[in-house]
Amino acid sequence: MQIKGLRFMTIVEHRAEILSNDEVAPDTFLMRLRSPEIATRAAPGQFVMVRVGHGRDPLLRRPFSICGSRNEGTLLLLYRVVGKGTRILAETGTGRHLSLMGPLGHGFRAPGKGQSGLLVAGGMGLAPLVFLAGLPGEGRCTLLTGYRTATEIISLERIGAKELEVSIATEDGSAGHKGLVTELLEDELAGTGGETVYTCGPMPMLRKVAALCLERGVDCQVSLESVMACGLGACQGCAVKAAPKEDRTYLHVCRDGPVFKASAIDWGAQ
Amino acid sequence: MSQLEPDLKVPLGSLELKNPVIAASGTFGYGQEYAPLVDPNLLGGIVVKGLSLKPRPGNRPPRIVETPAGMLNAIGLANIGVEAFLKEKLPWLRTLDTAVMVNIYGHTLEEYGAVAAALKGAEGIAALEVNISCPNVDQGGMAFGTDPAVSAAVTEIVLRNTDKPVIVKLTPNVTDICAVARAVEHAGAHAVSLINTLTGMAIDIDTRRPRLGNISGGLSGPAIRPVALYLVYRVVRAVKIPVMGVGGIMDAGDALEFLIAGARAVQVGTASFVNPHATLDILEGIRKYCVEKGIVRIGDLIGTASA
Repeated sequence: MQIKGLRFMTIVEHRAEILSNDEVAPDTFLMRLRSPEIATRAAPGQFVMVRVGHGRDPLLRRPFSICGSRNEGTLLLLYRVVGKGTRILAETGTGRHLSLMGPLGHGFRAPGKGQSGLLVAGGMGLAPLVFLAGLPGEGRCTLLTGYRTATEIISLERIGAKELEVSIATEDGSAGHKGLVTELLEDELAGTGGETVYTCGPMPMLRKVAALCLERGVDCQVSLESVMACGLGACQGCAVKAAPKEDRTYLHVCRDGPVFKASAIDWGAQ
Repeated sequence: MSQLEPDLKVPLGSLELKNPVIAASGTFGYGQEYAPLVDPNLLGGIVVKGLSLKPRPGNRPPRIVETPAGMLNAIGLANIGVEAFLKEKLPWLRTLDTAVMVNIYGHTLEEYGAVAAALKGAEGIAALEVNISCPNVDQGGMAFGTDPAVSAAVTEIVLRNTDKPVIVKLTPNVTDICAVARAVEHAGAHAVSLINTLTGMAIDIDTRRPRLGNISGGLSGPAIRPVALYLVYRVVRAVKIPVMGVGGIMDAGDALEFLIAGARAVQVGTASFVNPHATLDILEGIRKYCVEKGIVRIGDLIGTASA
């Protein structure tokens, strides 16, 4: 649609067929959807708004980071069952259709040729980072993932990202490094330098990653999560406090993000 | 066949809307946000996000909580301020072939007057919609719209400062909404729209803290529709000025209920979050209903609810 005087990002809303919806770790699912409209336009870090169910409850769409897109028009979503909406998603079978809206928001600035990326994922924060790491022809990426315990670990092979170089941390030490993924990051940052850090995960982890990078002057791009209503910048529901140097008090995750420079966020308020 | 195409035009005071479906304030941004998905030129009108005299950052997050068949919001009337609106948003809105209504609010009577005055003479604004649900700082934070006399005073100061039709948006958080409707009618309002959101809250039982940063918020969505419908039905019978129905309208059937109750037009809000094409789907559904029922003019349907 063309409307005089404005240039739009192309945003599509359509009903996409579920090609598969498999449990890849306990309560964690990888959904493949047929969506050439969105898959061919999506960039790592962007998200889609998914309508779960058909009724009035749950009412709002759910935002999900795009975990990958395939040339043939397949879109990948990785999610964990945490509530009513994701439970319905998990119970929605292959062949059914879901209304998707996207691609939305601003994604990552990928590392250029010869540059390297340090990807720090906590839990479901893996989704956009796997997409980023899978971009062909870009710089080298190292993935650091953190889980509470070994049974939560998501097999990269099962989500189609087996070629990645990965280090794992678990809080209980049942696999990989015993401790937090941010400790792996500290070790990495003590090395050569010059890399960009990309991160997504729970807020305490993001706060620590941002602090480590800001202290060291390391470029850091962070993908934030928020409850959202519209996903388009209209309702202003997904506000996040901006750093004092920004010209606004609040930024909006859906439209200004979900990927931000770590320096743009007021981490003390999060 | 063209003779079967129903006439959906509705008069709203001195305005004529090309159809009765309007995007509600606060849910459609400044119109541009939805433009990749919804051609605003097809709508009867759009009400842009509530404007105050100065830009306002809004409330601290979280600002949104989903509730059964609804949502609570406490955005805090965040907006860019009337000056930036005139410079950055209105030039584009002016190019649209739809009624652009500007929602305004204030925290003092004077602020209402000042916002209206700032928009006076601006081309491309079809009407002002006045939000009287916000707290009056001169009266201990009590909402203007809970007192008929104060509601009338807001209406009067806006009317004195504008050259545009004035629609007053009523709050349902009152004992007698008809008394407020009559008061603003008497003060000279050209129309009323109702309802604004119902005040509510939600608590996280793990942290035992309110889920909204602001503690309370406004409930919207299908959960409030029967309340909205009944209040519209009553206000239609209490005043002579046109009534716009708002509150939980999700589909054409919902919208038709409001029209039959006597609403001259409907506003669609939360539904756009669920289905970005909701406004256009509702319009199409109304058109189909008219064709099926042999209704030639939408006006023949409005207010036909039998006792």
